[in-house]
Amino acid sequence: MALKIIVCAKQVPDTNEVKIDPVKNTLIREGVPSILNHDDANALEEALKVKDQYPDTHITVVTMGPPQAKDLLIECMAMGADEGILLSDRALGGSDTWATSNAIAAAARKIGDYDLIFAGRQAIDGDTAQVGPQVAEKLGLPQVTYVKEFAIDGKEITVKRALEDGYELIKIQLPCVLTAIKELNTPRYMSVGGIYDAVKADIKVWGAKELEIDLNTVGLDASPTNVFRSFTPAPKGKGIMLDKDTAEENAQALLEKLQEKYIIA
Amino acid sequence: MNFQLTKEQEFVRKLVRKFAETEVEPIAADIDKEHRFPTETVEKMARYGMLGVPIPKEYGGTGGDNLSYAITVEELSRVCGSTGVICSAHTSLCAWPLLAYGTEEQKQKYLIPVAKGEKLGAFGLTEPNAGTDAGGQQTRAVDKGDHWELNGAKVFITNGGYADVYIVMAMTDKAKGTRGGISAFIVEKDFEGFSIGKTEDKMGICASSTTELVFQNCIVPKENLLGQVGEGFKIAMSTLDGGRIGIASQALGIAQGAFDVTVEYMKSRKQFGKSLNKYQALQFEMAEMRTRIEAARLLIYNAADMKDKHLKYGPYSAMAKLYAAETAMYVTTKAVQFHGGYGYIKDYPVERMMRDAKITEIYEGTSEVQKMVVAADIFGK
Repeated sequence: MALKIIVCAKQVPDTNEVKIDPVKNTLIREGVPSILNHDDANALEEALKVKDQYPDTHITVVTMGPPQAKDLLIECMAMGADEGILLSDRALGGSDTWATSNAIAAAARKIGDYDLIFAGRQAIDGDTAQVGPQVAEKLGLPQVTYVKEFAIDGKEITVKRALEDGYELIKIQLPCVLTAIKELNTPRYMSVGGIYDAVKADIKVWGAKELEIDLNTVGLDASPTNVFRSFTPAPKGKGIMLDKDTAEENAQALLEKLQEKYIIA
Repeated sequence: MNFQLTKEQEFVRKLVRKFAETEVEPIAADIDKEHRFPTETVEKMARYGMLGVPIPKEYGGTGGDNLSYAITVEELSRVCGSTGVICSAHTSLCAWPLLAYGTEEQKQKYLIPVAKGEKLGAFGLTEPNAGTDAGGQQTRAVDKGDHWELNGAKVFITNGGYADVYIVMAMTDKAKGTRGGISAFIVEKDFEGFSIGKTEDKMGICASSTTELVFQNCIVPKENLLGQVGEGFKIAMSTLDGGRIGIASQALGIAQGAFDVTVEYMKSRKQFGKSLNKYQALQFEMAEMRTRIEAARLLIYNAADMKDKHLKYGPYSAMAKLYAAETAMYVTTKAVQFHGGYGYIKDYPVERMMRDAKITEIYEGTSEVQKMVVAADIFGK
């Protein structure tokens, strides 16, 4: 079986290293290393496992970003993806999730021949979890989010969709869109040989023109979301410690506090 | 001259650093303590191409260059010197001579599985009475018509007992002496008459294996002669020229690892009301350490780059190994000192790193031998 899979990936700042400028309220990105977004690495890994199972599978990784996002595609190809496409154009800059999903959906249409789109649940910089589902909507495809287990048998896919208190077991037909969470798998590393092939590989760069996309649907001006302000929430004060002699006394004191604040009658 | 790493080399560093920090560092203290060869890590290194970096793709390698290989050993050694030398001995001392001197049949049979990491490699030159003085070889190989018969023993063989393929030097014509009298052979671990002798109990690199190799009427097929009869010394010396890049990289990695953990320690350790990194005397020592590390790195990368360009790099790899090994001892000794009592106990990695560093001044040519190589380049032999 020769499946064609599109993996959506994003280059993000390593959030362990990110700080917020206290004056401008924006992310300080200088000197912060860029990484493959964690959930997207899980999406790619699952696609690579399909390729392990069906070696004729073809994996195309699509990312949108500035020219240096090419490095992300090199990394994905060094892990085993067959092809990388970078959506990069000034006209696409500043896109919010709605505009981004327009561009990615346009890229999927241009690729045309695909069976499955795998995305990460959300990116660690924006945390919106919107792009994957929006791409599915715009392509008119069924979708399952929060995929934590995946199995494929021919054209039928069985997934477990994580819920807060359990999971849903879902059977879904191709083509469809799935979004991955970290419980799905442990991503493999790049390989040295993969690196040498990937750096030499021809990575396609598509702009608005190649995507044949309406310029009123991408970029900053077309984005309905406006970031009013970003800020770090003030740390909460220290809680109240109850340290009476017995459990009964502590319980009584707790009860009084809760009544005081009208939390209980 | 361009000192920038290529994109490939940068990615190789990114890969191996992540691999080392995730797969190697968490077990480094335990495998050292237990003197346990990390078979599971070797399998993973094979899977990701780290055991055949400078070998062409058609022979099972990755098609990478010697600088990427140096970076691989450096990054592994940054967290575990034992893991670094397993990779170095395998690649420099077994895969490389097979590539350089093997027949097409030998490459197909031995190099491909070695470069893929399906089979581990080792190299046997040193004997109890023939280390640096390779001409004192007592291991003999006698032409028995349809096979070679080897008798003798090798000592201090890295990867001994875990390797599947050994490149072994033996005297084929004592009258001809060092040049012309020694030949190289490819020996499989299961060859009749070949066995592993004593396993050494070492000061450092305790998770790597160092053993004796014993040959008692060992039968080696005719086609397993590597190179020509009498070419063994040349094969051994050219192999060690490249091996020195690997060991220098191991030393560099150990030094960098000790330096990095010391930087973090100094930020957190407070004495007399301020953290150690606020004391200028210590800052200056750290500046000295970093300068030596960078100098060692440039010497090594230059030697590796010269090898990639097929220039005469022997004296340069000797200088790189000499300087990197001494830097590793210098930096790890200081790192232990800066950790104070905590540096001397096994709860912190610098104790292990200092023990691991010492061997880099000894094996694949002591520091004194490196000076002989450099001096010979200055004044002639």
